[in-house]
Amino acid sequence: MRDQALPEGTVVQTRGLTKRFGGQNILNGIDLSVPKGAVFGFLGPNGSGKTTTIRILLGLATATSGEVEVLGRSIPKFLPEVLPRVGALVEGPGFYPFLSGRANLHRLDAADRYVDPATRRARTDRALERVGLSQAAGKKVGAYSLGMKQRLGIANALLTHRDLIVLDEPTNGLDPQGTREVRHLVHSLTAEGTTVFVSSHLLAEIEQMCSHVAVLRAGKLVAQGALSELRAAGQTRVEVLTPDVADCLRALAGLGLTPEESISAHQPPLSLGPAVSAPLTDNVQPETIVAALVSAGVRVRGFTVDQVRLEELFVALTGEGFDVVQ
Amino acid sequence: MSSNDTERSAELRQASGLVFLTSELATLFRRRRTWALLLALAAIPVLIAVAVRLTSGPPTGRGPAFLDQITQNGLFVAVAAITVAIPLFLPLTVGVVAGDTIAGEASTGTLRYLLVAPVGRGRLLAVKFAGAVVFCLAATLAVVLAGTLIGAALFPVGPVTLLSGDTVSIGESLLRSGLICAYVTVSLTGLCAIGLFVSTLTDVPVGAMAATVVISVVSQVVGQLPQLEALHPWLLSHYWFGFADLLRQPIEWSSFAANALLQSGYVLVFGALAYGRFTTRDVLA
Repeated sequence: MRDQALPEGTVVQTRGLTKRFGGQNILNGIDLSVPKGAVFGFLGPNGSGKTTTIRILLGLATATSGEVEVLGRSIPKFLPEVLPRVGALVEGPGFYPFLSGRANLHRLDAADRYVDPATRRARTDRALERVGLSQAAGKKVGAYSLGMKQRLGIANALLTHRDLIVLDEPTNGLDPQGTREVRHLVHSLTAEGTTVFVSSHLLAEIEQMCSHVAVLRAGKLVAQGALSELRAAGQTRVEVLTPDVADCLRALAGLGLTPEESISAHQPPLSLGPAVSAPLTDNVQPETIVAALVSAGVRVRGFTVDQVRLEELFVALTGEGFDVVQ
Repeated sequence: MSSNDTERSAELRQASGLVFLTSELATLFRRRRTWALLLALAAIPVLIAVAVRLTSGPPTGRGPAFLDQITQNGLFVAVAAITVAIPLFLPLTVGVVAGDTIAGEASTGTLRYLLVAPVGRGRLLAVKFAGAVVFCLAATLAVVLAGTLIGAALFPVGPVTLLSGDTVSIGESLLRSGLICAYVTVSLTGLCAIGLFVSTLTDVPVGAMAATVVISVVSQVVGQLPQLEALHPWLLSHYWFGFADLLRQPIEWSSFAANALLQSGYVLVFGALAYGRFTTRDVLA
């Protein structure tokens, strides 16, 4: 019944979102659009404005100009209505070190006026269980490891049903096991109808979790859309491992491709020899290439067709990868 | 989704506003630091009583007011201790708690989670202020209760001779001790509001605490300078020692009223400043 308030299909919408701070634009005309039910990956190098955007979405900071809508309501005007439906982990966990994990969650739950105090205990215990903290719930947070605090932060976002969950660097400080658990958790949340907004710089994580991504660079949105669409926009490449580099180059050029000698993306044993790669064009099928190589007498030790990986896409979009731009 | 709807009850409904205040007080009083402050305050009357007991000779007439009466009547320990605590120790502990209100939450990172929970910013300020005032009451009670108990333990207790020369029963004098607690708590509410405001200016709690204490000291120093006499009636600390008027027969209520009026002025002004600052600033911590 609450869904009636949601506009069809969009959970977060910003138009021309700009934030000026200290004389420069931290955010510059961001048009973000997060579809309902998506796992939305928010990517960008350090200092590109990811956390600032999240702060504005949650009403912690105000935009200099531009419009923001979360769950169909204008922010910051309707924050009191919107925030109870939003769970968030922002910029790392923040808890009282002198209280236990459970007491910390009780405190934050008491701060939410829209939940039933009678179910508080059951809800916090369930949230603690979902993040694997039931055993440590009675321990003081001061004695928690970084990973445990991170789990507690995620548990706080799960205290009640949310329509949107914002997770800022959720796998920070987690061991590989915890990272995998977060992935499962995100999947189970989407199964419950929650839209998940994840910011991260761990591209492999995002690639495995997200259905949609947006890439931020120096305060500007450089790409946004379904992950599959973004991938399709990137080039597919073929790579040939062969000792006959010159013959291979000639054979591929004969098919109308633009081959070059390259370092293999797959790090083969050195004995397999050098690699030649070329972007695949629409009119050339991989099997055609293999046939051409065989007929040209090129000794093929390996042949792969690669869709562009998120990391390559990311580097292509943001330039120098993780260098701080601002 | 049906199970989710039952736990959130279909309409977003507002639970009682007292829930968060209770949580705030529970957090404040589950903190070891709060108890350390209260214990330090309770130590003041104990130190005074023990020192007087060990050195009890003829009254010298030196030292804080009421000190000489202690050996005749243990109930005066509480009043002597309050007199000693008012200029520095009480403002110090209140400064720690009031200066910590917002800046402390910011420094532990809990401020952003409270605001996202969501606690409205105005509501957070109101609850923080109420929590600080409750601490003021606890602080004065700590001094008065410890003073009364140690006084009763080490000295004879009997009907109390008031400043006006009248004598009242033990029961009546305990009631007056309670009134003194109320008076001193009211005296400190202005300082709470100042601490709350300073706390919204920074994310460093120690800075806010120090600034709050310094303001209380400056107010008292200015109060000592006859050249600035025009300012005196407006000073935060102007009526701090006026609680002695509660030890007259009949009780002189005018200083209580004037104090309450002055303090509510401070609460209004600094409460408004804190609100104006906190509701418009970006929370970056």
